[in-house]
Amino acid sequence: MELFTYTRATDAAQAVNSATNKDVRFVAGGTTLLDLMKLDVERPRQLIDINRIGLDTVEKLPNGSLRIGALVRNSDLAHHSIVQSDYSVLSQALLSGASAQLRNMATTGGNLLQRTRCMYFRNTAMPCNKRTPGTGCSAIEGDNRTLAILGASNDCIATNPSDMNVALTALEAVITVRGSAGTRDVPIGDFHLLPGNTPHIETVLVPGDLVTHVTLPAPRPNSKQVYLKLRDRASYEFALASAAIVAEVSGGNITFIRIALGGVGTKPWRSHEAEADLLHRPADIATFRRAADAALRGAHPQSENGFKVELAKRCITHALTLATQSA
Amino acid sequence: MHSEDKPNNEDSTGRLTRRSFLSQIGAAGVTVTAAPLVARAHSATAPAKTTTSATEKVESAVPITLSVNGESVRVEVDPRTTLLDALRETLSLTGTKKGCDHGQCGACTVHVNGRRINSCLTLAIMHEGDSITMIEGLGDPGNLHPMQASFVEHDGYQCGYCTSGQIMSAVALLKEPCGASDADVKELMSGNICRCGAYPNIVAAIQHVRQQA
Repeated sequence: MELFTYTRATDAAQAVNSATNKDVRFVAGGTTLLDLMKLDVERPRQLIDINRIGLDTVEKLPNGSLRIGALVRNSDLAHHSIVQSDYSVLSQALLSGASAQLRNMATTGGNLLQRTRCMYFRNTAMPCNKRTPGTGCSAIEGDNRTLAILGASNDCIATNPSDMNVALTALEAVITVRGSAGTRDVPIGDFHLLPGNTPHIETVLVPGDLVTHVTLPAPRPNSKQVYLKLRDRASYEFALASAAIVAEVSGGNITFIRIALGGVGTKPWRSHEAEADLLHRPADIATFRRAADAALRGAHPQSENGFKVELAKRCITHALTLATQSA
Repeated sequence: MHSEDKPNNEDSTGRLTRRSFLSQIGAAGVTVTAAPLVARAHSATAPAKTTTSATEKVESAVPITLSVNGESVRVEVDPRTTLLDALRETLSLTGTKKGCDHGQCGACTVHVNGRRINSCLTLAIMHEGDSITMIEGLGDPGNLHPMQASFVEHDGYQCGYCTSGQIMSAVALLKEPCGASDADVKELMSGNICRCGAYPNIVAAIQHVRQQA
């Protein structure tokens, strides 16, 4: 691990003002950052510890939305009573991820920025455009079983591994970012970027930006919410394919639907294609299968993950079945 | 000493023996490579603990105060020192184990402010002001924590390497929302791996304590 200077920020403004170049990293839970620093994938010159800047509460705002501080721990967020009752897909997604120890350490902001688990990204001996632009993608011709079938490019096929992000995408969360030029709100769909030919740029953040809050819109009390995660092990394993569903059914028809996919995309994958094939349609298996086909129509399987196309379709179909069956 | 050694520590062909070589360079020689992540420890209430590396000066060391098993300890650590390494290497509290060093096995599980975390994925300097508890602070041979006693009673270990992490994890689980079934316990203990496969007995040990409460 490279040596760094370590400072503690006392508030968000100080943190932002101190982070003046690209070799500075904020550290909160540290579960991704320290993992990567031990592998020399991350080599910051300065760590700014943001664990004491506050931003660790969950508050219901007057307009009904729920504002989550970036420093709220994943375990606290998953067990929060309002999240469990009104945004259950988020609680389900969080509890499906990592281990209890990691959920106690990881923060909302950190999970949002979690890095890919691609083995080539994590190995400094292997060419990787995301880690070192211009060196090539080892995964396309290599071991890509767990990597993306949606949103990939000729330069990068790395999957976004977060479960929380998939649920936040289906919930249409908004990310508040504080930077040197002020504060701005970014819808989560715009927050993470496709790799294209710049896979080293994963989000809209620039050096010095600090995620301060994630805000969920006012709850939909009639919605059924499901997070279904399919993977090699029953627990403590990343998704091969996952689906977050927020659905409302009335008179047997789907009157509201949001679907996001995990484990298959280079970013958390909102599926407008599936939603278009579900809205105002009967909530039955034929509809679900048609929508699943639509969701994966643009999929490009890699050499070792073609199974994900069918797996993702069945994941969507099963998640929709679970979400729409009567309580 | 062995009677077959020649007085000038040479073997029958006149070459230096391994034993005499090592005795000549002494203990200091083999610790040189332990820098730069080596640190020094000074207990606020007890004489300084010595480690093999205590004689090496660390240029990058910073002083911090940690609260460890209820005792305040002042240490100097390289900022890169994980909480795990500070506990094991600096403070010689080797009950907590290093299994993978990447948050994937749970052997390093300790409590920070009452919550279980992987001490390998956090830095010691980040925990000034935090209350840190590890297995040595849970109980000792004459006075076992109920969870330790239950692990003994239910034979919840074989080699013992994962055991301190399992016990720390299990004790914290008692204060977390967890369903009543074995499946619920397995899910919440999934961050602790046991290569020996003592899982059924680990679950039984934990359920025994939960059912006593």
